[in-house]
Amino acid sequence: MIGAGLSELCNWLAATPLSQTIRAAGWIIPTLQTIHILSVAVVFSSAILVDLRIWRLLERDVPLGEITRRFLPTIWPVLFILLTTGSLLIVGEPRRSLLNSTFYFKMALLAVAIVLTVALQRSTSSSPSFWDGTRIRRIAGRFAASVSILVWCGILFAGRWIAYTQAG
Amino acid sequence: MLTLSEFISYFEDSALADNIRENDLLFPLIESVHVVSICLVVGSILVIDLRLLGLASLNRPVGRITNAILPLTWSAFAVAAASGLLLFISNATKYLENGYFLAKVLLICAAGLNMVVFHGISAKDLRRWENEAALPLPARLAGGLSILLWVAVVACGRWIGFTMQVH
Repeated sequence: MIGAGLSELCNWLAATPLSQTIRAAGWIIPTLQTIHILSVAVVFSSAILVDLRIWRLLERDVPLGEITRRFLPTIWPVLFILLTTGSLLIVGEPRRSLLNSTFYFKMALLAVAIVLTVALQRSTSSSPSFWDGTRIRRIAGRFAASVSILVWCGILFAGRWIAYTQAG
Repeated sequence: MLTLSEFISYFEDSALADNIRENDLLFPLIESVHVVSICLVVGSILVIDLRLLGLASLNRPVGRITNAILPLTWSAFAVAAASGLLLFISNATKYLENGYFLAKVLLICAAGLNMVVFHGISAKDLRRWENEAALPLPARLAGGLSILLWVAVVACGRWIGFTMQVH
């Protein structure tokens, strides 16, 4: 039932002039994917650098709050570029993602990553050394950082896997 | 005398290359590791490049930033190179015939050369200016060039996938 509706939505999307334009010129999809991957590089690296700082693997002499202020705000505008290029890629080849469970897995992981990042940004903006405060907070911080690393890697793996699990 | 093509086919005909080619999971798995590591290389170098250009992390001396970031960059680069080599040997002959692949390798060499020139020549007197927000021209050029080269590396990488069907 949902599958049939989605399939219809895909057919409708694929018939739009925008979708036809995106597919018509061979350079548009690789260009969108290149911008998408470069944006992933920025968001992913920003998150990983903060996670590594929580594990005290770099920039130990600066409070965590300064590191989150340096790297996390960048994530939001770049995430907007990701959503834009991602949406255009979906409009161009709707069946590739919308009928692909890997795509929904990627979006679910993205939701988790966004919640983690917002939580980190909020907690450290009000008190820069929040996650160094007590032993429990240090452990909780490292746990959250590890989850963040795994979730972001999962997003990148799922992104590559979409190409291998797309519907005929 | 071993010719280049004999050398290449020695790897391409190996059991390892055969496995990567034939196994449905191995190729995408190595590819995913390659994407993750390339993203870390490009993203972490961008932190340094933006500092050199005077666009970010201005309250932090350049030397502190490179000390913090470069170990991550180099570790990620090692993983990217190793995973890239595995992908390469699975279809070496086809990759060598692909212009985007050759361009990607050359661009990575150029990015490396840019880094060597910066650390070996332009950053010799780093201590004198590393605290400034606006850095000397050679430092800014190195940062700008690095961004352009790595963007081109990623673009070539993506274009390889569209000009060469390995799977």
